[in-house]
Amino acid sequence: MAQIRRTYLVDPLVDNNPITLQVLGICSALAVTSSLQVSLVMAIAVTAVTAFSSMFISMLRNHIPGSIRIIVQMVIIASLVILVDQVLKAYLYDISKTLSVFVGLIITNCIVMGRAEAFAMKNPPIDSFIDGIGNGMGYGLILMLVGFFRELFGAGTLFGITVLPTVNNGGWYVPNGLLLLPPSAFFIIGLIIWAFRTWKPEQVEEREFKIQHVEAH
Amino acid sequence: MPENDANNEGLLARWKALPVDSVPKTVFVATALCLFCSMVVSAAAVSLRPIQEVNKLKDKQMNILQVAGLYEDGINIREAFSAFEPKVVDLTTGTFTDQFDAASFDDRAAVSDPDLSRALTEDPAGLGRQSNYSVVYLLNDAAGELDKVILPISGYGLWSTLYGFIALEEDGNSIFGLQFYDHAETPGLGAEVDNPRWKAMWSGKTLRDESGELKISVAKGVPSPNMETHHIDALAGATLTSTGVDNLVRFWMGEEGFAPFLDNLKAGGL
Repeated sequence: MAQIRRTYLVDPLVDNNPITLQVLGICSALAVTSSLQVSLVMAIAVTAVTAFSSMFISMLRNHIPGSIRIIVQMVIIASLVILVDQVLKAYLYDISKTLSVFVGLIITNCIVMGRAEAFAMKNPPIDSFIDGIGNGMGYGLILMLVGFFRELFGAGTLFGITVLPTVNNGGWYVPNGLLLLPPSAFFIIGLIIWAFRTWKPEQVEEREFKIQHVEAH
Repeated sequence: MPENDANNEGLLARWKALPVDSVPKTVFVATALCLFCSMVVSAAAVSLRPIQEVNKLKDKQMNILQVAGLYEDGINIREAFSAFEPKVVDLTTGTFTDQFDAASFDDRAAVSDPDLSRALTEDPAGLGRQSNYSVVYLLNDAAGELDKVILPISGYGLWSTLYGFIALEEDGNSIFGLQFYDHAETPGLGAEVDNPRWKAMWSGKTLRDESGELKISVAKGVPSPNMETHHIDALAGATLTSTGVDNLVRFWMGEEGFAPFLDNLKAGGL
């Protein structure tokens, strides 16, 4: 049992990562990764929402009518997201200012919905909670990786601390402006997927068709 | 009455026996869940609001201190802020008004109140509506003479409305500083309006030339000789944000904005 629960936690980090393998939650991964601090808070927020929404949905799973199950899941997720947003506004005001609309958009993060529908509806609450934590961490891991490259090479800082002094501030480093714009996250996520699949070839999907080699007569 | 009991038990048993997908249970789950979630959400919103309001106020006060050059890390914001005297200005006449309490008047809320604001016909700053009243902050020096005046400014950039403050010297013409506290411009490009080096360029520039014509401008390139004291170099890679800042500063310093008030201030008629 403990062994299975550990796989719920560890599996989504690399082997079944929600971003790189399932390619979910890309929208927010593009939007919030221009600085590490914001990425970290976003990762924690998504982890908390995924874990608790999975737990609550799992607790109710035998009473949720199939015809309205998606709406029920949405109501639970949305309520949790509003809670997170309100708490951030009260206790981490500066960060909530930078995250602005993206906290609210956790509601539309496919990872949260995906775990609710794929896991929490069929598994007991504690397992679902652990699964939510695992998937939130898998999401957070990629967010931090992308944020590391974007902040370091786009702004010359890490967590706001200057590493490469930029020309704008009297240093020598000419920052790459593209890295501060959302499209750059696409390239970085693409490269991470490439790296993961080279490391773990079993992640590469089967081809849907093969080009046939025909023997010449 | 035993008959009634049996009836009740029957009802409960029948309810339990209903499949989850039946209409009564579906309606019940939906209603109960909505009620519960709305209670949780409203409880959180109501109980956290006081803390959030304090944060907002602190943030605003900190920005006013920063634009006036009084902010240092770790100072008591509330105490430092008490050096300022907030006043409500009637923008159409350019005079102070006692109609509202300056400490609680909210410019940004007044914009959506038809009694306190008007729709703009000429709208270079992209505001749509403008409040007729605005809170300004006066800072006196040790001798009790007016030292600086802090004016709120706002306008549209590339993605968002920028909200900020401009600090003017007592002549109402020389700029001491400029700072935005709320915007959503592109990080690294438009958001460089927050870069201390760029903000420092505003210091010492003047709004108007000797003839009183509004000359301040955010533009690319090297200024012509007679523009040097009115020119702020535009941000590289952020043309639209720079244009937005140019428009909004010129709008708020112009006749529709604080020009009548600044004239009165200069003439000493307040």
